[in-house]
Amino acid sequence: MLSIAGLAAGYGRKQILSGIDLEVRAGEIVVVLGANGAGKTTLLNAVSGMCRINAGRITFKGTDITAMRPDRIAAAGLSHCPEGRQIFQRLTVEENLVVAHVGRGGKSFETLREEAFALFPILRERRNSAASRLSGGQQQMLAIGRALMAEPDLVMLDEPSLGLAPKLITQIFQIVLDLAAAGISILLVEQNVRLALELGDYGYALESGRLRVEGGAQKLAADPRLAEVYLAGGDKGAVHA
Amino acid sequence: MTGIIIQQIFNALTIGAIYAMIALGYTMVYGVLRLINFVHGDLFMLGAYVALAGFVLLAPGGGLVWALAAALIAIAVFMVVGGVGVAIERTAYKPLRNSNRLAPMLSSLGLSLALQTAVQITMGPQPIAFQSLFPAIPLDFLGARITTVQIGIVVAALLLMVGLKLFIARSRLGVVVRAVSENRRTAQLLGVDVDKAISTIFFIGPGLGALGGVLFASYYGVMMPTMGIIIGLKAFTAAILGGIGSITGAVVGGFLLAFFEVFGTAMLPILTNGWLGTEYRDIFAFLMLILVLLFRPAGLFGEQTSEESMVMKRDF
Repeated sequence: MLSIAGLAAGYGRKQILSGIDLEVRAGEIVVVLGANGAGKTTLLNAVSGMCRINAGRITFKGTDITAMRPDRIAAAGLSHCPEGRQIFQRLTVEENLVVAHVGRGGKSFETLREEAFALFPILRERRNSAASRLSGGQQQMLAIGRALMAEPDLVMLDEPSLGLAPKLITQIFQIVLDLAAAGISILLVEQNVRLALELGDYGYALESGRLRVEGGAQKLAADPRLAEVYLAGGDKGAVHA
Repeated sequence: MTGIIIQQIFNALTIGAIYAMIALGYTMVYGVLRLINFVHGDLFMLGAYVALAGFVLLAPGGGLVWALAAALIAIAVFMVVGGVGVAIERTAYKPLRNSNRLAPMLSSLGLSLALQTAVQITMGPQPIAFQSLFPAIPLDFLGARITTVQIGIVVAALLLMVGLKLFIARSRLGVVVRAVSENRRTAQLLGVDVDKAISTIFFIGPGLGALGGVLFASYYGVMMPTMGIIIGLKAFTAAILGGIGSITGAVVGGFLLAFFEVFGTAMLPILTNGWLGTEYRDIFAFLMLILVLLFRPAGLFGEQTSEESMVMKRDF
């Protein structure tokens, strides 16, 4: 589905990632772990065309998307739920969904909107409210619902659990499992290591912009090198969170 | 006395409607690109010249043929100047999109001079008489003397502004434009063709401004290549007054500025005992600009907390 080889990327002249190889197969949940500043968000931004790529190749469904414009990458079926959700605050809930659907073929807006509402019924209730009035959890649901308007084959989620109550985190992660079961591949960046590895099939841990360790989720959870990744980043608490 | 006041109210409504239409172009472009598009005043001027060309070409007689020609000319003005707006964005602003914010502004100042000079060379620097888009029939209304031209201007401007508001609020493209103006990166991440949204803005803004130019020339019966400078600055003031980036703000700002200017000008000889005459009318708009920038830089409808909305703060 998604394949990254020898990726080096950054912003402007500053290089953040180097030597990244990563694979996401169809219907698989792949998690990216690492301390703050390890380059997780940059990795997702590199895939969706939002930062400068200095070396390497990114292919999605067999097409090279390395130098593609972000809107073309999204249109190809790769949705990105960005860090901090990035909901359009001045738009209503439904208008946020409209933005992600304009100019697309495939299913009609009404059909996709109903699918999103079925997944998150609260969005149906609040469809005409300004998005700025939603709670953090509702905004996260809207962000995921919005990502699904593109009928994606792969969804990248950047810390969907950030700032949410445990009950909501469980609910969001259940949705992520359902999406994967429906055949959508997931690339997940997550601070909550334990939860992420319970959820995921395969994991990669980044340290200072390089891959430190990778493996099947269960194997990785038991790997002592994983803790070192966080210790090196100075974020000692995270592995136990 | 009431006759004079009503007269001034109608004058202010007429000018306010024109200011508002031009201010909309400034505010929409700023909303999406954080750019003060200084060439906008000259696109307003270009609108009047394109309309003149239309009248010369069609040479309509009177009655229904005239009305039909006027409608056709209005559409042509919108299309032609809208197209020029899109071309300007593509050639003069897009290559500078990722540079410092001063660069596209300088580019717009240069274009403003270029456009004025181009019109001056082809059409001559002298004022040219302009045939009103609407029939001029004087009416007596509660002691005030208004003309059908004024009524036509106000009605046409209001219809266009309501149309714009509906387009921005209801249409799918309007939603996309609002999304792009709130967060261009995220819109692009969601698959929005940002260039298309920006082109939409650069089509509608100059198109409306150009129709403002036609209405303005209809009102005063005359046009010249430099007419866009002062009117452009005043409409810009109206946009700042309303809160740049806000569509409602631009409309309210346009009318408020016109009322301030028209009534201020009427009072000036009385207040200064004839020392300052009505030829000082331009001081009101710029006095307003200075006051707003000093005491409420975000304008009436701008966001008070946002540093972005304080136009001058970061650009100069």
